[in-house]
Formats: sequence, C-alpha cells, structure tokens
Amino acid sequence: MKFRALIFSNLFRKKVRLLLTLGSFAVALFLFAFLAVVRDAFNRGGGIASANRLITINRVSIIQTIPLSYRDKIARLRGVQRVTFDNWFGGVYQEEKNFFPQFVIDPENQRQVYPELLVPDDQWNAFLKDRQGAIAGASTAKRFGWKVGDRIPIKTTLYGGDGAWEFNLDGIYHGQRKADDETQFWFQWDYFEERVPERLKGQVGWYTVKLDSPEDGLRVAKAIDAEFANSPYETKTDTESAFAASWVKQFGNIEFLILVIGSVVFFTLLLVTGNTMAISVRERTGELAILKAIGFKDGSILLFVLTEAMAIALFGGLLGLGLAMAAIPVLGSAMSGMLPNLILSKLMLAGGIGFALLVGAASGLLPGIGAMRLRVVDAFRRI
Amino acid sequence: MVSVNTNGNSSALIQVRGLDKTYWRGGEQIDVLQGLNLDVDKGDFVAFMGPSGSGKTTLLNLLGGLDVPTSGAVSVAGDEITHMSRGRLTEWRARHVGFVFQMYNLVPVLTAYQNVELPLLLTRLSRSARREHVEAALAIVGLKDRAKHFPRQLSGGQEQRVSIARAIVSDPTFLLCDEPTGDLDRKSADEIMALIEELVDKHSKTVLMVTHDPVVAARAHTVLHLEKGVLVEASKPRENATAGGVA
Repeated sequence: MKFRALIFSNLFRKKVRLLLTLGSFAVALFLFAFLAVVRDAFNRGGGIASANRLITINRVSIIQTIPLSYRDKIARLRGVQRVTFDNWFGGVYQEEKNFFPQFVIDPENQRQVYPELLVPDDQWNAFLKDRQGAIAGASTAKRFGWKVGDRIPIKTTLYGGDGAWEFNLDGIYHGQRKADDETQFWFQWDYFEERVPERLKGQVGWYTVKLDSPEDGLRVAKAIDAEFANSPYETKTDTESAFAASWVKQFGNIEFLILVIGSVVFFTLLLVTGNTMAISVRERTGELAILKAIGFKDGSILLFVLTEAMAIALFGGLLGLGLAMAAIPVLGSAMSGMLPNLILSKLMLAGGIGFALLVGAASGLLPGIGAMRLRVVDAFRRI
Repeated sequence: MVSVNTNGNSSALIQVRGLDKTYWRGGEQIDVLQGLNLDVDKGDFVAFMGPSGSGKTTLLNLLGGLDVPTSGAVSVAGDEITHMSRGRLTEWRARHVGFVFQMYNLVPVLTAYQNVELPLLLTRLSRSARREHVEAALAIVGLKDRAKHFPRQLSGGQEQRVSIARAIVSDPTFLLCDEPTGDLDRKSADEIMALIEELVDKHSKTVLMVTHDPVVAARAHTVLHLEKGVLVEASKPRENATAGGVA
C-alpha cells in the first residue's frame, strides 16, 4: 500500500489529540460491548430456551402457587413426555447481597426435563439419597468457594421459621452450553415440603412440561389451560421462550433503554470525532491543496480522510473492545446471581468493530467531502 | 524563445491565446487578465513581474491548470487544457507540471524522501524505480544526505530545495515557480536561483516564474511585465534588472 506513509503519518501529527480521540472510541466501544452483553444476558432466556418445553404458571401471576396435584393431570395429556416442577425459595446466604436463585426441585424428573444442565452421576445419586442435599451451579460454587461436601446454611425470607435451612452440597452442575445459567441452587422437594407451613404444603411455583415434539406446543399449552379452566387455580401456559421474554419484561423495557443509551453514545461519538476530523482537515488545507496540485484526484483525497478517520476508529474500537474483554468477566463475577453469565461473543466483537468503522466513516465523510471539493487556488489564497 | 501578443500559429511548447480571467467581488467585476497572448518554447526560462494584483499568480494558476479562464485558450505540448474536466486536468497536471511555491508546502509529517516521492505515488513505477527517481532528484538539489530529515529539521532554503526536487522528480513538461525565493534570505535565494538555472541549462527544463524581486527575475532568459492584466513588454533580464536599479 504505497499511500500508507501518507495516511498513517498524519494520524500521529497531533499525538494528544490522537490519544483523546482514541480514548473516546475506546470508552464508547467499551460501553457498546457492555450494553450488548447486558442485552444478551436479558434476552438469552429466549435464545437458549428449549423449543420442546412449556412453562405452566398460575394465571394470576407467577408468585401465586398451583397445586402439586396438577402434575399427574398434565402428564396424562397427549404430547407430554415429562413434567417437573419448581418452587422459588428466595433465601439469603450469609448476607443480602449474596443473591443467587434457589429452587426447590422435583428430583425425579429434573434431569430428564433439563438435560443440558449436567450433574455427574455419582453426585446426583448422592443427592437423591440425601434429604438435605443440594446441587449448586458451577458459577455460584466458584463465587462462594464451595466444594462438594460443604454445609451451606440459607436463611429463608419467604417461608418463616427461625434460623437457616442447612444443606449438604452433594454436587455441582455445569451447563452444556456457555450461555446456560450456572447460578442456580437446587434442593429436595421433600425437605422443603417437610418444613414449610401447613397452608403452603402441596403447592408448587410452576411446572415445566417436556413435549414429545415442539410442534405440539400450542396444542398442549391450550390443553393444559383448558384442563384447569374455571378451577380455583387456573393456569397460563407458554413456551419456555415466551415465558423468558415475559420474565425480562418485568424489569422494564430493557431493550429500549439500551437502544437509547446506545444511540446517545453513537451520536456523541459522531459529533466528537466529526469535529476532530473537521479540525484536522482544516489544519491541513495547504497540504491537501498541494496534493491536488501535484495530481492527487478528488476521490483520493476523500479516501485519505476517510481512511484516516476509520483507522482512528478501528484502533480506538479495538482498544475499547480489548478492555471490555478483560473487564466483562470481572463485572460478570461481581454481578453473579443478579444476571445470567455476561458473555462477550465473537458476533458482538464483530458488531463493535463494525460500529466503530461506521462512526469513523460517518465522522470523516463531511470533512472528506469538504477536502474533496476544495479548489486549489482557493486553498492557496487562504493560507 | 518567448513571444508576447502573438496571434499566429506556432510550434511553441506553451501557447496562450486571448486569455481572459474575470472575478466578481462584491458585485464588482475585476478583469484580472485581458486578452493575453503568449508563446513559450521548450527550455525557456521566463519571469513574470508586476505589482500586486496585476494577475501574475492568476496567470500561473491558469498555465498550471489550477484554475480555468473566463475565455481564451491555453495549450501545452499540443494539449488544449482549458476545456478539460476537473479529473482530466488533475491527471494532466500530474504528468506535465511541477509546482514550486513560496511557502514550500511540504507535508510536515513526511520526510524529505517521502515528500519528493509523492508525485511518483500516482505513477505505476515500482518501489525500487521510485527510489531511483527520488534519489536522483534529491541529488540534483544537493540534499541526498537529508533524505530522512523532516521539514522541521531543514532550513528554509533546504525546504525549498526539497520542494524543487518534488517538482522535478516526475520529469514534468515545465515548472511553475510562484515566488520561489520570496521567503528566503538573499544567500538562500541565490542558491535556489542557481539551482533553477541549472535545471534550465543542464536539464533543459522549461521554467515559468513569478517574482517581485528584480534580482531574481534577472536570472531568467526573459522577463515579462504584467500590468492591470495585460502583458506590456518583454524585456531582456539585464535591462530589466538595470531598470529596477540593480546592477
């Protein structure tokens, strides 16, 4: 590339300005990456949801329970392969800030309905035999430094009683996919049922229904809700992805919020870098004029300005994304339990680079067109 | 040989016929050049003199294809440039014109070598061929040992030499020099003029130069005076220098 020296020497003409512009891009791209992973974390439920699972909750709301007796009725419906149930425990481990989701599970069907959450057989068998047994997700175990055999006290905030519920950590599960949630804590239904007040016995939070075929989803969902229509505990059944989406909506319009923040970042960066490029080009009016005088065409001048702007954008963007790659795992650990894993995917990185290049090109376009249209005689008259 | 106010056919390298240039400023019409005719042969060294606003630089810009006339024609080596598109004119300049400006106009972030190489980047020459040309041009201006220096590391005279090397590196048809010594002390100015003379005498370059300085103009083969947009006389340089009060 014979114009390399011409283009890249200009980049380093004003080193402080270059550093500040690179810094603007780096900060903006860091924010871009962070917003992208948060958005992904909120939306991932839909993305990783199994197509052949349904979730049945109380029609009023998910915090209302439904009877355990529904399990067998659901299991009998055509197209249903397995049914399992869960209850939200909502306990606290040591301090309020140590949040992670705890679920009372149905050990009989859990592994069949959630085959992607892997527990070694020996650990699972130990769990089945242990009334106070528990299985923790790998990221939660790592967060608190737990290992199999540890005694875990968890204080309930929903089910009354004094003191903490004691659990034996019998196993640790891992997600088959990177995006699988590894923050959960599971324990036995029997232990839960034994300790909750009488009025809460025989009640579950929701059912997860595994289908024979994803194509049966709509029909089975309708059949489940029809089965319990006009009962004291009417149900609402959705696909797992629709359930995940409605869960995210409880947090507000995250998508819109991210879009607004992203747009503000985009336009601010565009104005800052556009202004920088305009100043940089204006300072070089004489040099651009001489290039034109000796035979560089208008298109070449535009290309030089655009390439310069895009090179700054690319380097700044790579710096920001590099920072994001280093920082997001740390931030993810700090927010463990509040959000699913924060994953900075290759697609997001590519999107970030594309975003940086787009801003770079846009910021260089107007000054570039100005330089392209510059008449040599006018330029020499000005300098 | 330089002819002024000629109207006939000629085989001159540069032929200017009926050249007018008019500007409009604040609703007022300013006739910078009026019906100018000129023939310049290959190897001529012409100096244009005249008071400020007489149209010297405008004439140079028109001859170099940097500006377009209001009417009239400029032909160089058979190419009629006045009706060329902007793009074609740019290509034509790259092939035929070497520019030397008063303020040197070097790119400050490039070394002397890289500045001289600029016009060659527009050619299809290989890197090694470009190097040969650049080294030859720098050798002609006596700055081969300053190739890696940046403009800020050079004196004004040296910067102007680099700018001359840049002007000649692509072996253009003619050189246009706009006040090439205007920003230099007398000694440096003499050195630059000696270099330009050498380009004319040894390398058969055709040079058209604008200057205010009669001493500098005296080095040219021919001095032409522009007054109110008209070429009023062609004088021998020695006569002109004498007329300007310089022996």
